Amino acid sequence: MFNTNQVLETVEMVEKEHLDIRTVTLGLSLLSCVRESARKTAQAVYDRVMQKGKDLVPTAEALSREYGIPIVNKRISVTPVSVLTAAFPEESPLVAYALDRAAKELGVDFLGGYSALVHKGTADYENIFLGTIPEVLSSTERICASVNVGSSRSGINIDAVRRMGEIVLETAKRTAERDGVGCAKLVVFCNAVEDNPFMAGAFHGIGEGDTVVNVGVSGPGVVHHALSFVPEADLTDAAEVIKRTAFKITRAGQLIAREAATRLGAKFGIVDLSLAPTPTRGDSVARILEELGLSTVGCHGTTAALAMLNDAVKKGGVMASSRVGGLSGAFIPVSEDIGMIEAAEAGNISIEKLEAMTCVCSVGLDMIAIPGDTPASTIAAMIADEAAIGMINSKTTAVRVIPAPGKKVGDSVSFGGLLGHAPVMPVHPGDASKFIGRGGLIPAPIHSFKN
Amino acid sequence: MSAVVTVTGTDRKGVIAEVSGFLFRHNVNIEDVSQTILGDQFAMVMMVDVSGIGTEFSALAKGLDELGKEIGMNIRLQHGEIFDAMHNV
Repeated sequence: MFNTNQVLETVEMVEKEHLDIRTVTLGLSLLSCVRESARKTAQAVYDRVMQKGKDLVPTAEALSREYGIPIVNKRISVTPVSVLTAAFPEESPLVAYALDRAAKELGVDFLGGYSALVHKGTADYENIFLGTIPEVLSSTERICASVNVGSSRSGINIDAVRRMGEIVLETAKRTAERDGVGCAKLVVFCNAVEDNPFMAGAFHGIGEGDTVVNVGVSGPGVVHHALSFVPEADLTDAAEVIKRTAFKITRAGQLIAREAATRLGAKFGIVDLSLAPTPTRGDSVARILEELGLSTVGCHGTTAALAMLNDAVKKGGVMASSRVGGLSGAFIPVSEDIGMIEAAEAGNISIEKLEAMTCVCSVGLDMIAIPGDTPASTIAAMIADEAAIGMINSKTTAVRVIPAPGKKVGDSVSFGGLLGHAPVMPVHPGDASKFIGRGGLIPAPIHSFKN
Repeated sequence: MSAVVTVTGTDRKGVIAEVSGFLFRHNVNIEDVSQTILGDQFAMVMMVDVSGIGTEFSALAKGLDELGKEIGMNIRLQHGEIFDAMHNV
């Protein structure tokens, strides 16, 4: 049983501390939709998504009402589209358009899986598929794309990294009228996970089942609030507070995930134990780090504080859920976190520090606006650095940067909604084009040989 | 099925009467009530049994939400499971 104080604590978490289920994501295998032409495949994809996804939004809304916990986003992730269109890669956008139409009609806010996995080599069909990404991201509304360019088992495909530098830049140019927002829907991964419920990097892995519900929990405001009661606690005790709070948040996610899976006739997949910020005040990961005793996020000590936070969230969450997965950790997207935005505006945090932070948390260089004239080879080099961190440390890393067309350091960009706004941050002016231009594959690290 | 009604807001006359009257009219059995006032802040938690309601659970929740707006309080109806899940190992 539970007592009155526990009831009121939960109500307060929702009403004042922004506790929510960040996303209920329905993972759908589309492998059975492959037909002899792109047009027929697109139709089969549309029919299947409409059929399997028809109850997603009403079910999530009903759960939200019954349990009293907001479910912010309802999303769908699908089999990497590059696999579905391998026989006619030039026409891959037809499938994207069908998916976008289905997403709009179902009322889901994003659909992820316009993806390719090229970590050990890029097949000819994949090369053609990659070339369609800028067109798709500039002509669809809700489609998200991701490309896996490296893994701890296989190394880093630098040819694909170089290509992705160009594709990020091209995507920004094609969406120039909205500050390059297309790049906010494009993630370049190392060690991409197959059950990630969060966008823009969600796709439904080949190894996954037919229909799966994955849930992403959130609640940075709740953790911040809990820490504010123990301002003098040492870091061992502070970690304990975070752990206990993460447990409660995750249990809510687990309950919703199981119930959603049952009602949708799908399997319960995983709960992703992530602290995902939003630009709303009181919903910031940066503010948690500052609550731990930093004058500003980005100063020395930030990496240690983030490492502790990330680890404590995992420990509390793992205890609370029967199956965890996805990215699971703290997210540090600049434009989506009011504390990060303010630190970046004041010049208190740099891309180099953000890179260091990605060594100890669950994602990578995320939602960072950079000057529009940044060379493709520099963007590729940023991707290579992040991929190296992921490869060596056997963790997921990613890059989602926005080279804002026509913008320079000191300007700002605004994407609206959960994608937020951010100042354009300076990029190191040195040239990595010769390094990236060498191409080839960075071999897998020695510790990958575990068989 | 057990559920929890929470009522929070600035204290005023007749809150308990309004809420319990609404629950009575919808055939909800109140099993336990706990109520506190801190300063002028009113907080009430009711454990209720909703097995006998003639409508959907979410319709009842909506009705309570609307009643809350009418009388200037926040009223929530939630499945009891959520509190068990969050606060018990």
